[in-house]
Amino acid sequence: MPSTREADREVEEIFRREAGRVLATLIRLLGDFDLAEEARQDAFAAAVEQWSAGVPANPRAWLINTGRNKAIDKIRRDVVFRTKVFDRELASAEADAATAFEESDEATFGDDRLRLIFTCCHPALKQEAQIALTLREVCGLSTQAVARGFLVSEETMAQRLVRAKRKIRDAGIPYETPEPSLLHERLQGVLAVVYGVFTEGYAATTGTRLVDAELCGEATRLGYLLDELLPDNAAVLGLLALMLLHDARRAARESLSGDVILLEDQDRTLWDHVKIAEGLRLVDRSLCISGQVSAYAVQAAIAALHVRALRKEDTDWPQIVGLYEVLLRLQPSPVIELNHAVAVSMVDGAARALDLVDSLAARGQVSQYHLLHAARGRFLQQLGRLREAGCAYRTALSYAALEPERRFLRARIASIED
Amino acid sequence: MQYLLMIYRNEAELAATPPAELAAMMAEYVEFTKGIIQAGQFKAGDRLKPTSTASTVRVRNGKVTTTDGPFAETREQLGGYYLIEAKNLDEAIGIAARIPGARVGSIEVRPVWPPAA
Repeated sequence: MPSTREADREVEEIFRREAGRVLATLIRLLGDFDLAEEARQDAFAAAVEQWSAGVPANPRAWLINTGRNKAIDKIRRDVVFRTKVFDRELASAEADAATAFEESDEATFGDDRLRLIFTCCHPALKQEAQIALTLREVCGLSTQAVARGFLVSEETMAQRLVRAKRKIRDAGIPYETPEPSLLHERLQGVLAVVYGVFTEGYAATTGTRLVDAELCGEATRLGYLLDELLPDNAAVLGLLALMLLHDARRAARESLSGDVILLEDQDRTLWDHVKIAEGLRLVDRSLCISGQVSAYAVQAAIAALHVRALRKEDTDWPQIVGLYEVLLRLQPSPVIELNHAVAVSMVDGAARALDLVDSLAARGQVSQYHLLHAARGRFLQQLGRLREAGCAYRTALSYAALEPERRFLRARIASIED
Repeated sequence: MQYLLMIYRNEAELAATPPAELAAMMAEYVEFTKGIIQAGQFKAGDRLKPTSTASTVRVRNGKVTTTDGPFAETREQLGGYYLIEAKNLDEAIGIAARIPGARVGSIEVRPVWPPAA
């Protein structure tokens, strides 16, 4: 007979492990987010009381059955709920309840979690709502934790979640995995949410480091969950690899005083080599899946070439230039053109890179993008055209908003004028 | 669940469309409508006359005021609608995406409240 404390710990461990699956399945069975969340809470409360004598053989099925029965009781009892819609839901829930929930098939639970992810990331919801819902409902973060991650008040975040759940219900957003013809397109939206969570954590300019790491960790966990639910998908593997390879460098990208440290100047011994090895393995797997080339995987491959170099001089720049050219064909964008130009400067020299950046600038779309002017400044400086370089850095400074970047540009200007 | 699919399009562009192109599009609309009738999804649908024919009516303190033109000036104008029955939003979006006008204008998809009990 285990001691009470051990038993408590066992129950706690089951809750932690099962919370996500139980919620996802309850949402499918009950057809309503709020009702399902409450049912899960009721089921956990009942378990704390009743499991002291011993944990049931199938705790997950127990929690789901108990939660569903509690919800049905609640609908029956609560006259406020007795609208036509709920009467219909009640009838169908009661019909289902006639057969006790005994599914032991892992695949069914996996399907429910995947349904939940696609519902939370439905394109009819604003992306900020998609991200918030995913963190709350799929990752199980508290509203307070989600609010902290996005630097808004708990009340604002609670409102955002309520509005999103209301839209799911009122607009008839289905609780389903999209049909095969839509899957690829909708998966792009899901991956954008996961990457959005990651970059929010990775590029946050305010807040504490703890929050940054928490969001990066949640995004990576979501990536692993998607890989488990949609195995051998090039885009999922590519995104997961990209996140791991970026995250591996987190400790090295900020100085003690909070300044940005460029990749080339980072202390490579601070990189997390376990994450790097895992990222490299995943990027290889993604690129080996024939017929699917994911832009995430190409970005991950570029990151991989950077981290593979033990010293910055060892970086394989010609291959990086080639990968940027692939990326430009997959998803052309001025930011990628700019990164391509920087890589070209490492292979063919600053003059060739300056031509590329000037032609990008001449098209006018990104004339206010500070990094474009910063890159021009750097190429001009390398070519010894210091007066023009100073002008370019000053233009960059006039468009840069983030304080660490402004400090960096001021230092560059000072180094020329000395 | 019922959804109203509102078809928006820039009227000036529509007016400048060559007649042959217009005829082809009308034929596509006929095909599309037939399709959703056969699928049991069609409830109603009409094409509207241009906003130059519109009037806006308000009643304030029992007094009726009528003004010329649509309620709001926008870049694209409401030019027609379908009322459909769909299983859920994804099905409604799928139907909206097949409306010929979606390729040149935009379709607003709005769920309809069920009638009050």
